[in-house]
Amino acid sequence: MDPDAVLLARVQFAFTVSFHIIFPSFTIGLAAFIATLLVRWRMTGEEHFRTLARFWTKIFAVSFAMGVVSGLVLSYQFGTNWSRFSVVVGNVLGPLLGYEVLSAFFLEASFLGIMLFGWNRVSPNLHVLSAILVAIGTSFSAFWILAANSWMQTPAGHEMKDGIAYPVDWLQIVFNPSFPYRFAHMFTAAYLTTSLVVLAVGARYLAARRFEKEARTMMRMGLGMVAVLAPLQALIGDRHGLNTLEHQPAKIAAIEAHWDGSKPGELVLFAIPNQTAEENSLEISLPNMASLLLTHDREGLFKGLKDFPPEDRPPVLAPFFAFRAMVGAGLLMIVIGAVGALLWLRGRLFDTRWYLHSVQYAWPLGFLAILAGWWVTETGRQPWLATGIVRTAEAASPVSFGAVLVTLILFVLVYTVVFSMGIYYINRLIENGPMGAAIGPEPGEAMPSRPLAAATDAARHAIEEAR
Amino acid sequence: MEAISTWLPIVWAMILGAAVALYVVLDGFDLGIGILFPASPEEERRDVMMNSIAPFWDGNETWLILGGGGLFVAFPLAYAIIMPAFYLPVIIMLLALVFRGVAFEFRWVAKPKHELWDLAFAGGSIVAAFMQGVILGGLVAGVRVENGAFSGGSFDWLTLFALFTGLATVAGYGLLGATWLVMKTEGEVAERARAQAKMLLPAVLAAMAIVSLWTPLMFPRIWERWFSLPNLFYLSPVPLLTALAAYTCWRGLERRHDSTPFVSAIALFLLGFIGLAISNLPYLVPPSVTIWDAAAHPSSQLFMLVGVLLLLPIILAYTVFVYWTFRGKVRAGEGYH
Repeated sequence: MDPDAVLLARVQFAFTVSFHIIFPSFTIGLAAFIATLLVRWRMTGEEHFRTLARFWTKIFAVSFAMGVVSGLVLSYQFGTNWSRFSVVVGNVLGPLLGYEVLSAFFLEASFLGIMLFGWNRVSPNLHVLSAILVAIGTSFSAFWILAANSWMQTPAGHEMKDGIAYPVDWLQIVFNPSFPYRFAHMFTAAYLTTSLVVLAVGARYLAARRFEKEARTMMRMGLGMVAVLAPLQALIGDRHGLNTLEHQPAKIAAIEAHWDGSKPGELVLFAIPNQTAEENSLEISLPNMASLLLTHDREGLFKGLKDFPPEDRPPVLAPFFAFRAMVGAGLLMIVIGAVGALLWLRGRLFDTRWYLHSVQYAWPLGFLAILAGWWVTETGRQPWLATGIVRTAEAASPVSFGAVLVTLILFVLVYTVVFSMGIYYINRLIENGPMGAAIGPEPGEAMPSRPLAAATDAARHAIEEAR
Repeated sequence: MEAISTWLPIVWAMILGAAVALYVVLDGFDLGIGILFPASPEEERRDVMMNSIAPFWDGNETWLILGGGGLFVAFPLAYAIIMPAFYLPVIIMLLALVFRGVAFEFRWVAKPKHELWDLAFAGGSIVAAFMQGVILGGLVAGVRVENGAFSGGSFDWLTLFALFTGLATVAGYGLLGATWLVMKTEGEVAERARAQAKMLLPAVLAAMAIVSLWTPLMFPRIWERWFSLPNLFYLSPVPLLTALAAYTCWRGLERRHDSTPFVSAIALFLLGFIGLAISNLPYLVPPSVTIWDAAAHPSSQLFMLVGVLLLLPIILAYTVFVYWTFRGKVRAGEGYH
């Protein structure tokens, strides 16, 4: 395959995988949130938990559908765009993906039917159980796909014969060196992202004085998670970084834009790294701070990019800037959680207008951090597709430039239409609110027609405003 | 080790065959609903048609992921050849499934402005079904392979035979969808579906007959497989059972049975699938790559086999449970949304 076609195939895969990751990272947390709401409803009997569960289930359904269809594309793109990849590492990675399908996809897809449509078909306990099984299915899925991705980053438990990887020890393959850290980091990221969305939606309603009872519950649950998970995520991220330094030093050198390994690393706050000149311009940095963070010693040394031959270096710009975007978003989340917790302790959370008005716009932060984080880890792995085993350029399919170009254009067109409509619909569901989004008739009640549902909404709104 | 590397690929070929057959039948009927959408423009009927499959479609489509994933797991070489060989049809099929999949949710939240998603649902279903048929036909017609990699061009799959199998698949899924509606709905929706099934059944039978004649005439190895003695004698039940399934389907439609037409249509599909398997085995990528050539390392096949033997019965059990939960007729206005 010619180099231009390889580049296009990479752009295409980056595009489809980046779109995909947004939805599962939201639905992993949302499934757990809905299951929690339903369990609390069963335990307390308070109806607003059920109302909230039904409301978020609608949003879940739309997001999950987008996650399913964009994920289906990926399971075939491994072959269409990277067929050499499946030959070289198929023996090792195939079963991990197979286990994902068997243990996760079927579980979530089957019980999703009951979770969405079983409100009046099955007993409440069975319905709650289905929601829990969907949440478990999404977690299993994350487990296996992250095991596969981690193996590509830090391969272990295999041997190479004639350029093909063969499995030796499955436990080592699944629990490869970077897997525990990556799994903890991504799983926390998913919960954090959802919590932030829930918090922001609660704040949006309270700021507009709508659905106040439901909104308070959302804010309490969302904020409780953000206040705990955001600082925890910083700690996990730190551990993950140290693990990367041990196993993928070139990636860390690129993240820090650290060229000369014979000197202690400065913490570069901003710079324009120049790959050809092998230096940074417009650099603003804190001397020795990167060494302190990574080696816990101000004078500690870690490898610089010049320690690697040019053909083995990752690109610097993408991991460097994406890492800063991720950390920036993370710090902002810690602030949101801490300030919210402080207001909550002082009993001012629900009537501090400036907090409500600003936090309602914080919902994209988690998505931004996840995308940035994935760009860091995936571009930082380059030029390898599986570290030390197969280079990205060697793994490409024997497909023509024209075919990749045409399908890339189609992907961009289709995804832009489909996913912008999806986000528009989700926003409209949120705008309608928990009362206007009944999924089906209440037991013993006629199917609500649209005007009726709207009227209920308006009536409730009016009552709440009069209060 | 010798013995294990002989029988493991056979076991895996059977598992993969079962997964693909299940996919074709299960997603076949729900793609069929989309194929029949243009013939039922009334909103209320479309609501009922869609509600009859809404709780199941996601689980059904998961068998397609198992098909692709299973090929990757058990026969990575075949996966690495087939995907680039059918690059355009595979990606167009996936994009069609994107449109159709999101339409299940978008259609309801977009109401009353849902025409676009009706179009996406129908168009996506038709294109996906057509492309699946094209890929199947293209595979039977053969793929150019050199040194274990696809060595043909971007449009090698585009043959008259593949286009014909594409159309045949659309008609076949339409028949599955129509008989599903006969079983799951009542009133005017079921009446129209019954009439559609009566038109689609002869078309599907004609297509099956044409493929059954075309492939042995085109490929001597397939002629040899079916018409040499004693094979002819052993294999004659396949066409005979096919005729029987067609007859029970027609009779079920005539006598206004609820479920016999659907069950018979499934039998027709499975027999067609078995016929294609008989024609082409042991080739996974005709005419050169066998299931043993393409097999993954025995350790990989074995590790995954343990998972399949443990998990597949559980998956089948809860799949049955979901269908049982949503058993019975779907009525107009009985929306879930």
